[in-house]
Amino acid sequence: MTEPKLRQPVERVSIIVSRGSLEGVYPGLIMANGARMEGIEASLFFTFFGLDAITNKRLDHLKVATVGNPAMHIPTVLGAIPGMSAFATHMMKKEIEKLNIPPIREFLETIHDAGGEIYGCKASVDMFHLKKEDFAPIVDDIITVGEFYEKSAGAQIIFT
Amino acid sequence: MTTLEISGKNLLLDKDGHLANAGEWNEDIARELAVREGVGELTAQHWVVIRFMRKVHEQEGDPPSIRRITQESGVDTKALYQLFPNGPGRKAAKIAGLPRPKSCI
Repeated sequence: MTEPKLRQPVERVSIIVSRGSLEGVYPGLIMANGARMEGIEASLFFTFFGLDAITNKRLDHLKVATVGNPAMHIPTVLGAIPGMSAFATHMMKKEIEKLNIPPIREFLETIHDAGGEIYGCKASVDMFHLKKEDFAPIVDDIITVGEFYEKSAGAQIIFT
Repeated sequence: MTTLEISGKNLLLDKDGHLANAGEWNEDIARELAVREGVGELTAQHWVVIRFMRKVHEQEGDPPSIRRITQESGVDTKALYQLFPNGPGRKAAKIAGLPRPKSCI
């Protein structure tokens, strides 16, 4: 019989945020912030529509997706009615505030101040024709996927 | 239940290794816990955080979240992470003789 392996505590996490909806962005931020709170090193890598969450003009206006989301418990055709997404967003923001979860911009600043690293994906930045100055000041760098793996050495990689 | 002996006192610990009874805590215990937690000597800034957490716990029954500490105690996020490295919310709560914070934020 072999000895059971000792479970190693998580020491580093690299969290990929690939979506740009409110419900697509928050989980990654909560996990990154939660990691720092526990003394775990954390970095965030924003790719594809996830880039909206670090784009200065957009990050304060992320919306809840009301179409194609069965867990919203409203029929897709109703979700498509103008104003529905704004309404769902308003409701979710209220709930988030009740839980004392900060708005996206403040949350990113907190994670950054807590020592978390924040990166944008170069391929997506090029695809959306964005420039470094389009991003919030807390963004540490725009990096390639190769650099992302290099920076993730020894980390658990989490895709959201 | 495990216990911890500090300056001749046997202190009961909860399952997370925090003091089981916040009422048994005193400043000497905090100083000793800070050394054991690798925080070292407690400065005036550390005491601001510890006293704020004690006050919230006494009034509301739970230690405050990190966000609340940074919003209300006057110690910001950067400073808090420098004062209590490697897990500020939990470490500060432990040194303050309080249970592990329940908040995810």
